Amino acid sequence: MSHGSKNRFFLDEPAAFLNHKPLLLLRARIVQCIREFFITRDYLEVETPQLITAPAPETHIDSISVHDRYLQTSPELCMKRLLAIGLPKIFQIARCFREGERGKLHLPEFSLLEWYRTGIDYHSLMEECEALFLFLSQQLNMGPRLRYRGVEIDLEASWERLSVQTAFGRYASVSLDHALNNNHFDQTMVEEIEPHLGMKTPTFLYDYPASLAALARLKPGNPSIAERFEIYLGGMELANGFSELNDAHEQRKRFEKELKERAQLGKHVSPMPERFLKALQNMPEAAGIALGVDRLVMIFGNARTIDEVVAFTPEEV
Amino acid sequence: MYNASDLRKGLKIEIDGEPYVVTVFEFSKPGKGQSLYRCKLKNMITGVIIDPTYRSGDTFKPADLSERKMQYLYNQDDEFWFMDVENYEQSVLKEDQVGDARNYLIDNLEVDILFFGDRPIGITLPNFVDLTVTKADPWAKGDSVTGDTKPITLETGYELRVPPFIEEGGKITIDTRTGEYVTRVKE
Repeated sequence: MSHGSKNRFFLDEPAAFLNHKPLLLLRARIVQCIREFFITRDYLEVETPQLITAPAPETHIDSISVHDRYLQTSPELCMKRLLAIGLPKIFQIARCFREGERGKLHLPEFSLLEWYRTGIDYHSLMEECEALFLFLSQQLNMGPRLRYRGVEIDLEASWERLSVQTAFGRYASVSLDHALNNNHFDQTMVEEIEPHLGMKTPTFLYDYPASLAALARLKPGNPSIAERFEIYLGGMELANGFSELNDAHEQRKRFEKELKERAQLGKHVSPMPERFLKALQNMPEAAGIALGVDRLVMIFGNARTIDEVVAFTPEEV
Repeated sequence: MYNASDLRKGLKIEIDGEPYVVTVFEFSKPGKGQSLYRCKLKNMITGVIIDPTYRSGDTFKPADLSERKMQYLYNQDDEFWFMDVENYEQSVLKEDQVGDARNYLIDNLEVDILFFGDRPIGITLPNFVDLTVTKADPWAKGDSVTGDTKPITLETGYELRVPPFIEEGGKITIDTRTGEYVTRVKE
C-alpha cells in the first residue's frame, strides 16, 4: 500500500477512536512535516538515550528516576555532546519526562523537538523558527493566519520581538528588578505578562535576566543578560531557545548553583553531568531550542487542552 | 500536612484558622520557572471566595472536619438547635448556616451536622423528608388534568405547588435537593 492511500484510508474511514481524538491525524502530519523541514535544510536527525546518568541540573525541573538512571527531562546535554564531536546541524523529536507536571498545558511525559546548529546565535535561530512555522502552515494548507482560541495570529508578518525588560514595563504591575528580588518573577510572568503575548503575531520574548538561564550564553558586553528567548502564541509558551554557553568552567558554576538551590529547597540532588562538561570544552559556538510538539499540535489544531492532542493521558494509561 | 502538589478540586484545607474547599485549580509553570498552583478557595463558613497562587514547597493543614448524626430540636429567633443522637450534646446553627434546609426541619428529624473542630458549620439533610400539609385548597373534581398543580403550605411554612389531589392534613414526600414534591405518603 502506498503512503498516499494509507493516509486516505484514515481520512475517509476514521476509526471511532479518531472521532474521539481527531487531532491525532494532525499530530502525525505535523511530525512528518517537521522532519521534512529539517531534512531539507541539511539537519541530521539523531536519537540520544532517554535513560541517562545525570540530567541537566535545574532548580525547578524535577526528573523521574528509574533504578540507577534518570529519564531525560530534555535531550539537551546529549545533543550538545554530538555538536562537540563535530556534527554541525542536528535535530531530534524526543520523549521527555518531568515529575509532577500536570495541567491543561502539561503532561509528565511529552514530546520535545530540539534542534541545534553551530556557528549561529539566538537571533538567527529566531528566524529559523519563523520559517518552520510558515512551512508547517503551508504544508497543512492552513494559510499564514492561524486562528487559535479566538485570536488570529499572523505567521507571515515579522514576529514581535519583545525583551523581558520591556515586557515588564509594558504589562507588569511591578518592575523586573522588584519581581526578581522578591521571588515573584514566575507569578508575574504567568498572571500579568503571558496573557498578552503572541496575540497578533507570535512573540519572541528575549533577553532574560542572567540568573534565569542555566545553559545560555551571557550577552557579550552585558553579563546581566542571558541570550535566551521563548516563543509565545496566543498567550501559550511553545519553545525555549538560546545561544549556547560553551564555557565549561562557567557551566560548572551554574550547575553548582542550581544544585545548591535544589538542596536548599529539599529537592533531590542529581550527580554533576561530568561527561557533558568535559565535552563542552570542545563545543563550538552554537544556538539551540526546545519546542513542545504537543503544544505545537494544540496551536495548529486549535485545542483547548494538551489532553486533546495525545492518544492517552497519564490518567488513561 | 498537604503539599502544593496535593492540591485538587474538592480538597479541604485550613487557612488562618478557617476551613476552605478548593473550587478551581490550575497548574502552571512558566518556562524553566517554578510550578505555580492557582486556586479559587471557598471559605466553608462565610462562603467568601479567595484566589491565591501557591508554589511548590507550600504546605497546608487539612481542615479538621467531621460529621455527626444529630436530631433537630427547635428554633428560637435565628438559632436552630440540634442534639447528638449518641451523647445528647446540644449544638446550635445560625439561620444563615441552615439556609433553605429550614424548609424541611421538623421536630426529631435526623440530620448530619458538619463540624470544623468542635464548631458546627453546616447541615446535610436526608434526601427525602415527609412533611404534613397544613394548608391546601380542596380538590375540585373535574379540574384534574395531567400537569395541573395547586399551591399548598407545609408544616414548616414552606410553600410549593403539588398535584391537585393532595389534601390538607395529608403527608407528602419532598426531595430536599430540589425542593420538589415526590409522592403522597399513604398513612
